[in-house]
Amino acid sequence: MLNIVNKSPLERNALQSCIETGTGGAILLIEDGVYAVARGNSFEPTLKAAMGKFKVYALAPDLEARGIADRVMDGVTAVDYGGFVDLVAEYKSSQSWL
Amino acid sequence: MSDIKKFMFVNRKAPYGTIYALESLEVVLIAAAFEQDVSLAFMDDGVYQIKKGHQTKGIEVKGFEKTYGALEDYDVTKLYVDAESLAARGLTADDLTVPVEVMSRAELGKMMEEQDVLLSF
Amino acid sequence: MAIEINGKSVETDEEGYLVNLADWDEAIAGVLAQQENVTMTDQHWEVINFLRDYYNEFQIAPAVRVLTKAIGKKLGPEKGNSQYLYELFPYGPAKQACKIAGLPKPTGCV
Repeated sequence: MLNIVNKSPLERNALQSCIETGTGGAILLIEDGVYAVARGNSFEPTLKAAMGKFKVYALAPDLEARGIADRVMDGVTAVDYGGFVDLVAEYKSSQSWL
Repeated sequence: MSDIKKFMFVNRKAPYGTIYALESLEVVLIAAAFEQDVSLAFMDDGVYQIKKGHQTKGIEVKGFEKTYGALEDYDVTKLYVDAESLAARGLTADDLTVPVEVMSRAELGKMMEEQDVLLSF
Repeated sequence: MAIEINGKSVETDEEGYLVNLADWDEAIAGVLAQQENVTMTDQHWEVINFLRDYYNEFQIAPAVRVLTKAIGKKLGPEKGNSQYLYELFPYGPAKQACKIAGLPKPTGCV
């Protein structure tokens, strides 16, 4: 499954719940969700640990808009809008964690 | 029939504070009319949607707790609740307004993986 | 829109449904039925009362499939079928009966 998260993990528990519930597949972080992949944020250890279970992607335009494109942690793949579409097509189902 | 799809509605928000819970319930009732395989999951603050005893008169909003009771008439009987979310809010299945199946996050995750369509609210 | 009855004005929406459920009484139901060209009989009242009870219990007007099944359960199979209900309310038992019963349009009904 492709899990899409658009909330910062420091404000909402959407990403936490997604990681705890999901059985694997991918997580795509968009909008404020991209703050999760900024190096040095307090959620980093949790996201790093989840990388064993999920492939982690972040939407590049959202990283750039927030000035964090240059501090993306290792193991995260930045994708453009086309990459977003490819991910949706690649997985059997997708779920948005609002 | 092969054109019946598995739809799961995932509810993670408390009722009344936002419109999500009511919108979800309305979409569920509409979807049920199309005779699909519909299930509902409640986790995080979503479990508050089915907490017994809503009295909404004072906030002048239409309460919809009782409507969950009609789901059975719509043949929607698969209601799943995350055990951890209940426990974190000091609730048990006895506090809920409808009969549900309480399960772990891992079990709930497996159910999600089996769905054709997931709609989150 | 509004219905004038006994010197009182009762508000309805653009499709003729009551705006305030609390305004409903049997006299208003009679006017609503007249507007729908329905002549009320005991059989009609039975369905109207059933719908109002259903609404009080669940806070929704049931979809037609649900209404048919629930009526069958409560009033017997000879009444719990769409033929019987359409004979009473030719323009759709859910839509038309709900309107006369003073309830909102059933969810999922367009």
